[in-house]
Amino acid sequence: MHERMVEARCLEERLIRMQRGGDGYFWIGGPGEEAFNVALGLLAKKGQGLDHDYLHLHYRSSATLLAMGADPVDALRQMKSVATDPYSGGRNFCGHYSKREWNVAPITSPIEVQYATAIGTAIAQKRAGGEGITIVQGGDAGTAEGDFASCLVWASRPGFELPMLIIVTNNGWGISTPGHEQHGEQRIADRGKAFGMRTATIDGNDAESAYRGLEEAMRYVRRERKPFLLEAYVSRLYGHSSSSGSNYVETEFDCVTEIEKKLVARHLRTSDECDSLRAEYEQFLLEAAKTVSLEPKPEPASVWEHVFTDRDIVGEGARKVPHDNRLWKAPACSFPTTKASKSGSAS
Amino acid sequence: MATMVQAVRLALHVGETKLGVTDIFGEDVGPPLGGVFTATQGLRTAWNSPLDERGIVGAAMGLAMAGQKPVAEIQFCDYAFNTIDLLKLAGNTLWSSNGDWNVPLVLMTPVGAGIHGSLYHSHSLDAQATRIPGWKIVMPSNPRDAYGLMLSAIQDPNPVMVLIPKALMRVKAAGPDEMIPGEPEDPRALGKMIDAPIGQREGWEPEWPETALEFVPIGAAKTVRRGEHVTVVTYGRMVGVAKRAADVLSREDIDVELIDLRSLHPYDWPAIAESVARTGRAVFVNEDTEITNFGEHLIRRCVEELWDSLRAPPILEAGKHLPGVGLAEPLEAATIPGLGSVTDAIRRCVRQPDRRVGNSRPRRDFAFTWTGEAPVGPFDAYERAFRHR
Ligand SMILES: Cc1ncc(C[n+]2csc(CCOP(=O)(O)OP(=O)(O)O)c2C)c(N)n1
Repeated sequence: MHERMVEARCLEERLIRMQRGGDGYFWIGGPGEEAFNVALGLLAKKGQGLDHDYLHLHYRSSATLLAMGADPVDALRQMKSVATDPYSGGRNFCGHYSKREWNVAPITSPIEVQYATAIGTAIAQKRAGGEGITIVQGGDAGTAEGDFASCLVWASRPGFELPMLIIVTNNGWGISTPGHEQHGEQRIADRGKAFGMRTATIDGNDAESAYRGLEEAMRYVRRERKPFLLEAYVSRLYGHSSSSGSNYVETEFDCVTEIEKKLVARHLRTSDECDSLRAEYEQFLLEAAKTVSLEPKPEPASVWEHVFTDRDIVGEGARKVPHDNRLWKAPACSFPTTKASKSGSAS
Repeated sequence: MATMVQAVRLALHVGETKLGVTDIFGEDVGPPLGGVFTATQGLRTAWNSPLDERGIVGAAMGLAMAGQKPVAEIQFCDYAFNTIDLLKLAGNTLWSSNGDWNVPLVLMTPVGAGIHGSLYHSHSLDAQATRIPGWKIVMPSNPRDAYGLMLSAIQDPNPVMVLIPKALMRVKAAGPDEMIPGEPEDPRALGKMIDAPIGQREGWEPEWPETALEFVPIGAAKTVRRGEHVTVVTYGRMVGVAKRAADVLSREDIDVELIDLRSLHPYDWPAIAESVARTGRAVFVNEDTEITNFGEHLIRRCVEELWDSLRAPPILEAGKHLPGVGLAEPLEAATIPGLGSVTDAIRRCVRQPDRRVGNSRPRRDFAFTWTGEAPVGPFDAYERAFRHR
């Protein structure tokens, strides 16, 4: 975990430098969330189709991708918006990953829409059974959007609960608006309780708590095929994005420093080893950024590519599950609104 | 002889039995009701969603991403406006991911006026819909096209919107041409087979006729009527209105060519261009509000690309730019094109002097005042128009 966290941190710092040096237009990313996001990437059941986990992530998810095995150089390519950017072909901001091969849905800029699309993959997985689950993640301020409420409602319909791990990474901020000015609930996770959901709030800055918290939540969703709302406190180490300066925030808790302190104290790594690991990644990414900057920009005419497709993906990655949607019946309403003699004849 | 709503239901049945449709869902779409217009009665894969349009579009996208084939319904297009953000997302998913993900989903929704629906059951969606790239958009004008376009929408690997004119839901095929191959001719016989009984529906099962897999290709317009004086381009409910207008005008020796566009995107420009170049006159008719209207786009192309063949300025006959459609009949009639206004618009277009003949000057009594100068290019034209103010 430590190594992936260091790699992710070095990647974000390299991306910030690229943007500052004119090798990119905008930076947004997840430095400060590595402990939680690496754990998520390591625990996700990686692969394509219903038997694997679908990931509906947001723009702070680089560490998750790296933990799943993504090449950090590809993230540099997206920053540089070169034609070789495998996630968007130079079309989208950095940190906007997409990898169908691993069920990673395209990350998009509008806040919270991923909580709406996640409903669909979870419905398909509910029907399919098996072990695959849907994981959706976003920030705390965004939970004010209707799509978050949509997700809670759809995930918890009685008798058709969805196998969905609903994650809120709470860094305490919108862009500049503090969390306490935006919502009054004690804990965002508490919102799940009204829907009968299992919930937890964990310290996402501590690698061990993050890993254990995620492991438990995932185990529940995988086995019970029901939703879990997990809130994780995380840091925002370089501010919101390049538009707010992307400077290191001394007052925030740094999960990489913390894990290193623990590793050293437990004699699992020396601080020299930690330093040289970081230096290696820094050097590698510095060299890689130089190479990437020489790669070609997309051809202007390529804007016309991928507007429509001929590729038929129906049934792809999906086990054929014969089903009759009409067979699903919700349990009886607990507060009858019609007289018992008349119930069941609504039309 | 199916109505449009029965045609949609037949297509969805074919969809779920032969074309891989896994989910037909939306508000009140499943049993017991089967949709507020009954378009989804008796279907095996139909289910009720929460009352949440954004959730519906999001769920459809996610289902498509998971290899399913969803057909989602927005109960009335009037309630699709809070989903535009997600419609944009569905439209850009393939493009933004550089071809990595596509979302093969169908979104169907009833559109337009004509059912005394007042403010929130009379909206049109064509102007909005055609502003969301990445979607294919179709709108049938008769049961057979509704059936064939729905089949094509289902088979298409891209997001496709099927806009169904509300006022045509209960309208039967006008003749054998508009019938679905394989459906019983007797409308009552079809109703008995596939319409759910009123009231007690426990145990009711539809008896589906064997209808043919007859696709209406997306992007192909249909010339409904040949004529030589003027081209009328329209779609949906206005096709029937324009047909009647053409009948009225034929008594005045005005010979109308009528194109039913059927697909709004991609649209059949070759069909429009060929016809307009031949007649030299064009009227575009639709129900949506007139400012930033899809018909305006088509006029722009006519002016830019067919200038030399135009005999008169093209005309748009569309809904008035008002905040709503009023309930009282005179209010709706004053807002949405009808037989009278469409007939007038065509007549006005035809009576414009032919600008290709001699140096005839247009008469000043038309609403459209012409400066008499030919614009060199579109930018020039705008600039000139500005200077003339
Ligand atoms: C729908 C929408 N509204 C506004 C924005 C602009 N915006 C980008 S990030 C952001 C703050 C998000 O805060 P939060 O959800 O807590 O996530 P965080 O960035 O803190 O991880 C805002 C307002 C947006 N991208 N999308």
